[in-house]
Amino acid sequence: MKRPRPAPARRALAVGIAVLVAATAAGGCGYAPAAVTGKAATARSAADLGGMGALVKAAKKEGRLNVYALAPDWANYGEMIKTFERKYGIEVNNENPGGSSQLALGAADKRRGQDRAVDALDLGTAFMRNAQGKRLLAPYKVTGWPGIPRAQKQADGSYLNNYGGYISIGCDAHAVKKCPRTLAELLRPEYRNKVALNGNPAESSSAFSALFAAALANGGSFDDVRPGLEFFKKLKQRGNFVPVESSPATIRKGETPISLDWDYLNLGYRKELTAKGVDWKVTVPSDGQYSQYYNQGINAYAPHPAAARLWLEFLYSPQGQNIWLRGYSRPALLDRMEKDGTADKKAAARLPEVHGTPRFPTPEQEDAAKVAINEGWGKAVG
Amino acid sequence: MSDRPTTAAGPPGRPTRRTGRLHWPAVVPFFAFLALCFGLPAGALVYGAFTATDPATGDSHATLDNVRQSLKGIYATGLGGSVQLSLICALLATLFGTLIAQAVVGSRRPALRRAVVAASGVLANFSGAPLAFAFVATLGTTGTLTRLLSLDRTGFSLYTTAGLVLAYLYFMIPLMVVTVLPALDGLRTQWREAAASCGATRGQFWRHIGIPVLLPSLLGGAVLLFGTAFASHATAAVMVGSSVPLITVQISNALAGNVLVGQENLALAMSLNMVVIALLVMAVQIPLQRRSARWLG
Repeated sequence: MKRPRPAPARRALAVGIAVLVAATAAGGCGYAPAAVTGKAATARSAADLGGMGALVKAAKKEGRLNVYALAPDWANYGEMIKTFERKYGIEVNNENPGGSSQLALGAADKRRGQDRAVDALDLGTAFMRNAQGKRLLAPYKVTGWPGIPRAQKQADGSYLNNYGGYISIGCDAHAVKKCPRTLAELLRPEYRNKVALNGNPAESSSAFSALFAAALANGGSFDDVRPGLEFFKKLKQRGNFVPVESSPATIRKGETPISLDWDYLNLGYRKELTAKGVDWKVTVPSDGQYSQYYNQGINAYAPHPAAARLWLEFLYSPQGQNIWLRGYSRPALLDRMEKDGTADKKAAARLPEVHGTPRFPTPEQEDAAKVAINEGWGKAVG
Repeated sequence: MSDRPTTAAGPPGRPTRRTGRLHWPAVVPFFAFLALCFGLPAGALVYGAFTATDPATGDSHATLDNVRQSLKGIYATGLGGSVQLSLICALLATLFGTLIAQAVVGSRRPALRRAVVAASGVLANFSGAPLAFAFVATLGTTGTLTRLLSLDRTGFSLYTTAGLVLAYLYFMIPLMVVTVLPALDGLRTQWREAAASCGATRGQFWRHIGIPVLLPSLLGGAVLLFGTAFASHATAAVMVGSSVPLITVQISNALAGNVLVGQENLALAMSLNMVVIALLVMAVQIPLQRRSARWLG
């Protein structure tokens, strides 16, 4: 039993470590993509499967849908998921509801061929482009496809705008005598220690977009976001900027009585805040209108390809789009639905008023802005 | 108990090495664990830090770009800010933690000691977003204490490096108390009695015996505190956002944000910088720990 056999054992250990190291290295560069076959996985529309009835049947058979980072209090996602589950009897597995676009993309990318891979993605445009570059997206055209404005969808159907909103100024009317209606007003001395963002612009897309809005309000453009940085520098110098990440909790506490955020989030907080005695007013600033849409796409390696396609069909059905509308966000099919008369008129009327058509930066402009803001933000408010 | 050897080395002539060689396979599970839980992530970290992936083709190639980028501009500022903040916090927490612990040891009241140890154990683990919110509610611009004491008139702001130090000390001082208590217990009463019977004053005892003997453990504790502050992320992210540049917040932005795309490898390079600094700090600690063991073993 006590026979010393150091050499082979040591070699075995060395081999073991080498294998582990090699496995690490391989994990980083090579994937073993599962062969994605089957009718549902390649269907580019419901018609490819023989119509909606066949799609529903196939999806029900799969019985499950994996999604990632869909916060229930974000644009009415909670109701969206619950309604879908009830309508089709498909269990929605919503992983890490507080997660980010980057994590969702990673969960799709790194789990190719696994059962727990993400079926459908809800990402900002830059992340969708990245997913497309990684060949992660399965093109699919929903039934409502023709109604979506051309500028808001990829021609091949790899991803398309779903819901969006404008940067808005949320304001506690009890804490502030007169709520600001423009970004320029935020510089006034009466708003000392009052103005906050929902996170910081290197991490939060709403904060990043607030900088875009501030740039537009101050003579900047999609090509030049420096006036936005200058604006926040001034806000900080005058003592108006609060660097705390604003949330309903900090608003209730009175620490962030003015919060720049997506209008659908600010409006969504209103019910909760009113219950706590906060008079939460939301305005889309007239001097810096900036809107952004989130996109939907299907993972090419979706473990539940039919459920993923049905989920998109549901999101773009009048029922799904009205759920967005009731969550104060602007669904991509809003114009078409208003023409068809399928839009929830009461919900549509509650959206904050904006004038003019939204314009969006090109991917190149957005990338350049990210570099400028990431580099300049610390200097502006540090 | 009192006659146990005070040195770490066993009695001479014990055949530790020979039997050790015969039984070394016993440590295989340990090394396997090490390789799996430390080697694997570390390997992935180093590999990723020196790799760039083309988003269009998915091809990877070796590059120094990530490391280079992680060491300049805002990322260099963030690394510097983190080191500075951690040093300040570690120094202050070591000082106050030791003073509190010594007060407890000196008081010789078991109830007080139990209470302090229990409270410290709890407070040492109170960090992250809840701590940040507690501080915002207490010392923020509309915080309870701020209004009560009119702190804003003194120019105090929680959302600065000083505010962050305050928040970190809240859990780091208790951590130091828990860490340094055993070392203070190790200071034998007999030493003090011996010093006193030789005519040494209290100050002389501490200067020539107490502090020199404790020094390694104090520095060990300081290193632990430095590491804790260095790795903290959530408190700072919620409380000061990016107005105080910190490397952990920057890594999290690059790795799990909603704005920056495809920066994972840059984040890995930043993590590598953190690992290097942690290793440097530990390189100081290990020889000191050895010295400490000789006295307090």
